[in-house]
Formats: sequence, C-alpha cells, structure tokens
Amino acid sequence: MIPREFLRTAWESIRKNKLRSFLTMLGIIIGTASVIVMVAISAGTEAAIEEQITGLGSNLVFVTASFSRGGPGEGMSSGGLVYDDAAALHEGIRGVEGVIVEQGASASLRAGSVSLDEVEILGTTPAFPTVRDVNLQSGRFLLEAEVQRKAKVAVLGAGLAEELFGESDPIGQTVTAGTTKLTVVGVTAPKGSVGGTDFDSRLYTPITVVFQKFTPAQFSRIVGDRVRAITIAVAEDQDLNETILQIKLLLSKRHEVSLEALDFTVTTQDDIINTRESTTAAFRSLLSWVAGVSLIVGGIGIMNIMLVSVTERTREIGIRQAVGASPSDIRWQFLTESLLLSLVGGAVGVVAGVGGAWLFGVFSEMPTVVVPESIILAFASAAAVGGFFGFYPANRAARLDPIEALRHE
Amino acid sequence: MMSRPLIELRGLSKRYGVGDGVVLALEHVSLNIERGEFVAIMGPSGSGKSTLMNILGCLDRPTEGTYRLDGEDVGSLDKAQLALLRNRRLGFVFQSYNLLGRTSALHNVMLPMLYDRQRPRTPEARLALAGTMLDLVGLTARGHHQPHELSGGQQQRVAIARALVNDPSLILADEPTGNLDSRSGEEIMALLHGLHAAGRTIVMVTHEAALASRADRVLTMHDGRVQADVANGASVEKTIAGAAA
Repeated sequence: MIPREFLRTAWESIRKNKLRSFLTMLGIIIGTASVIVMVAISAGTEAAIEEQITGLGSNLVFVTASFSRGGPGEGMSSGGLVYDDAAALHEGIRGVEGVIVEQGASASLRAGSVSLDEVEILGTTPAFPTVRDVNLQSGRFLLEAEVQRKAKVAVLGAGLAEELFGESDPIGQTVTAGTTKLTVVGVTAPKGSVGGTDFDSRLYTPITVVFQKFTPAQFSRIVGDRVRAITIAVAEDQDLNETILQIKLLLSKRHEVSLEALDFTVTTQDDIINTRESTTAAFRSLLSWVAGVSLIVGGIGIMNIMLVSVTERTREIGIRQAVGASPSDIRWQFLTESLLLSLVGGAVGVVAGVGGAWLFGVFSEMPTVVVPESIILAFASAAAVGGFFGFYPANRAARLDPIEALRHE
Repeated sequence: MMSRPLIELRGLSKRYGVGDGVVLALEHVSLNIERGEFVAIMGPSGSGKSTLMNILGCLDRPTEGTYRLDGEDVGSLDKAQLALLRNRRLGFVFQSYNLLGRTSALHNVMLPMLYDRQRPRTPEARLALAGTMLDLVGLTARGHHQPHELSGGQQQRVAIARALVNDPSLILADEPTGNLDSRSGEEIMALLHGLHAAGRTIVMVTHEAALASRADRVLTMHDGRVQADVANGASVEKTIAGAAA
C-alpha cells in the first residue's frame, strides 16, 4: 500500500475515535510540553544567573578570610584579613583598578516624617562604584578622607532615596540611621537586583562608620582590624591567574604564613559562575528526567490503546488480509497510526509548551527562554516514542492469522 | 490442446492438533478445477469444506500435498507472496459480507486496489474503477452509503464488486446467500451466474441442494474426503480416481 493511503487510513481511524485519540495523545502532549517548558525554565534561569554575575562588575577577585592555621586555643588571632590588607593590595599588585572592603549591617532609617525598618546599611570604601559597577545619579560617592575620619555621610540607593525624600532633592539632607545622623552626599543610579542583592534600597556609608556605629564592639577598631572579605577589580588585560598568585604572595608575606597554609582564600567570578552553572546543570538534568519519564508514560498510553485497537479491529485486519494486505502492509498501517497519534500529540504539545513557557515567564518570578532546539528535541522524542511503543502492537497485528482474524467477532 | 487446469490439488491433507488429539480435516484430496467452471461444494459441517475453501483461498496451508493455482505451487510462497496472490488472483465473497464498517461502499470496493503493488493506480482511476464495479452489480447510486445503510443483499453486492475489482482468476464464495432472504439470495445467485456466463471461475460452498444443482459441478465432502464429484447437465460423472490420474 502506498504511504498516502496508510496516512489516510490512520487519520480516518483517529477521527472515528476522537475522544480516545485525544486522551491517548494527552500523554504525549504533556510530555512534549513539559520538555519545552522545563528547558525554557532552566535556560531562563541560566541566562538570569549569567546576567547577574556579569552585573557584579567585571573581572573581580574575592579574597575571603579563612582561619586555617592554629588550634582552637589560638583562635582568631592566628589568621584572617585585616583592613590594611586592602590598601596594601591596591598599592602592591599591578593592574588592580580598585579594592573595596564591605561590611553590612542593618538599622532603622528616619528622614523627616518617613521612617523605615531594617534597611540594609553597607559600609564600604571609595572604590565601590568602580568595582561594583554602580553609577551615581546625583552628588558623589564616599571619599577616602571621609573613611579615614569616620565622617557621618551617606549615599542612598535610588529606590531608598525616593522612599525617604520623594520628589525633593536628598543631597544635604539628614538621615537618621539607628541613632546616628548621616548627611546625604549622593544618590546612586538605579541598578536593580543583581545576584540577590538589591542595589537600589541600600544605604552606603564609610566602612569605618559601620564598624563604629552598627557592628558589635569587637569590630570597632579601624586600622589593623579584621574584615571578612576584600573585593578587587582587576584590569581586563591582566592575567587573572598571575594576579591571584601575586595576591597570595603579598598577603602570605604580610600575614607571615606559608603558601601551603594560607589564612585566606582567593576566588574569582569564574569560580562563582562555575558553581552556579553546576547547580543549574543538576537542576536541568532533573527536569529532563521528569520530562523524559512523562514522554515514556505517554508512549505506554499509545501502546495500550494500539493494543486495544488491534484487538477491536481484528476482523478488519482479517478482511484486509483476505483482499491482499501483506504482513508489512498491516504493520505499517498500525505503525502509521501510532506515529500519527504521537506526531499530532507532539505538535499540540509544542504549541502548549511554547504557550506554557510564556505564561510561566509572565506569571512567576522565574524567567523563561524558549530554546528552539528543545522544540526539535521534544518533537523528535514524541515521534521516537510513537514509533517505539507502536511497534509491538503493529507487529502483533501483522502476525495475526487471517482465518482466526476473519472468525473474530 | 489442453491448457493447464486453473486449480490442481494433489494428495492434499490437513491435520489439526498433535498426538492422540489429531483431527483430520482433509484427507488426500486430489482434484482439478478448469478455467470457467462453476463448482459447488456441499457437505455437512465438519466435512472439511471450509478447510478446503481456506486452502483454495490461500488463507491456510495444507499439512501435506500440493496446491497449484495457475500452475504456481502455492506451498512454496511466503506470507507476503500469498497476500499478493490473494490480491491479484482471488476474490472472496463471504457469508457475512465482511465489509469494512463505517466505510463507504466505494471505499470498500477500492480496498483491494490499495494493496495491489504491481498495478499502482491514481486515486481517480481507483474511484472510477470502483464505480464501474458498483455499476456492474447494480449499485450505481449507493456508492457513498456505508454498510449499515445497505440491506444484506446490497452489502453482498458490494462484496462481489470488491471481489471482482482486481480481475481475479478465481472467485471463492462461502455460502454467499446464507444470511439473505430468498429473494435477495436469488439476486445474488443470478449475479454469480452472470459472472460465470462471462467466463469467471467460481467455487461456491453451499448448504442448499437447489443452489448447488445449478452449478456445473458439485463436490460433496464427507469426513475430509471428496465423497462425490458430479457434473450436472450434459457433463459426465467423474470419479475421484479420474481426477487423481
């Protein structure tokens, strides 16, 4: 029989059992759609993470304190970063564009009649805008002199400035953080949330002020005091590995520790990207398993219905055999039907998946990106499932004995 | 000059089952059927006439013996070749019509053409030929009716049109009037006799002696053997031994 006739016969058969065909296809529809939606979610998440990490600023190196050497008795005195390390790194390493030290805290804020609870206060140093890639909307950022003399000044995030002062100009105004009065000297341009940090709702103040006013007593001294992390912006043309080695050499000399027993760790953005990517890769492989399993379940549905169909149509098979259908004609007839079921189901699933991914992106926090390859993958999988699970019933039909089949009621 | 008979059966046996439970459905049947003959097969149920029809129709294979159709040894063919042979050389007319349900008369008649790999036809040609066949059986106006919209007699005419559409060498009719009232049965018999008159070879199983008596030749089966092989009218009576010679 010619392919067009197989198709016509299969289509007739699907049309004659509309509800049953639809229910059979439903498994494939859900499977295909979930492949597309799942891939769209993981691709969207990945794109968002990449955007966030590059948004942190370019070519960053993070030096983090770790208390590796010394027993419990020696405690924290044996290691860790100190505030002066930052300055030493800035001066001692070639190609360093900026070094910042950050110390977070939180406090209630009050300005005029507006008061806010639990606002994030970030103590930092003047290089912050360069290193974190933040622009100023008005005024200026913190000055080195202000850090040195613990000046009570503040730079507001764009969102925070609007909350506190509305339309009026915040520069020169006073904000009371906790019990400390701070004079606003600048407002940052909107940047949004990056890597889980909302840059627009923070208050920036000299790190020395945070040490003095907003953190527990043990952090209150400035020079020679411990910091948790130092962030270094390295010029684009520098060899990062070379820079990291220099950082390690310089700090190990300052801390008087050997390179094998460093009391700090150095990581780069790439390390962070790799960690996050391995997380999303695990997420994605889990999702593909879920999608794959639903396709297989859909395939079993097709097999089930095709077996029922072969039994129901035994007499029809007998009639076709009597008028000259060969085993391969019968096999192809049923295989075409299961393939058609899965392909139509796959096509509907693609539409549902693309639509679903879009809806998911609109109505949830998770961004979605429909990946064209996933459409091809999903459709091809649906076809493969139809062929695979259709083969057994089709073969069973092909092997029927014509006399038995004709006698079947 | 004698051409080869259309059907040559030699020592044909069919056994079902194994060991003590063996049932002999056919036992050493040997006979010839010439082109253009109208042969009726009679016999009680269990006499082996259905088994003989199934073997003649290439739906079943004998346990022993040879079957030549048009000089071709059917026993050497595989399933696909048998299917092709049924498609090209045989036309079936069943007691219960065996039309495809929910399928129009025209599409039922077209069915054998769809499996005719050696003579692929365009859809238009298939439709035209199916129409011609329905004209032949007197159902010109019923082409688009589905089987359930037709009377038994009309359904059997569709089945006959289907049997004829690939121009077969042999028409096998298994109690073609068994499910019909006498008037419709008479019409179907008239149709078959008309085909015979036009040169078709027909083998028909029937219970009714009246129908059998109008055939050229009557085979009576009993316990798997051909008990009698009688030529009607002017023909002389043949013996089984004569056919086997």
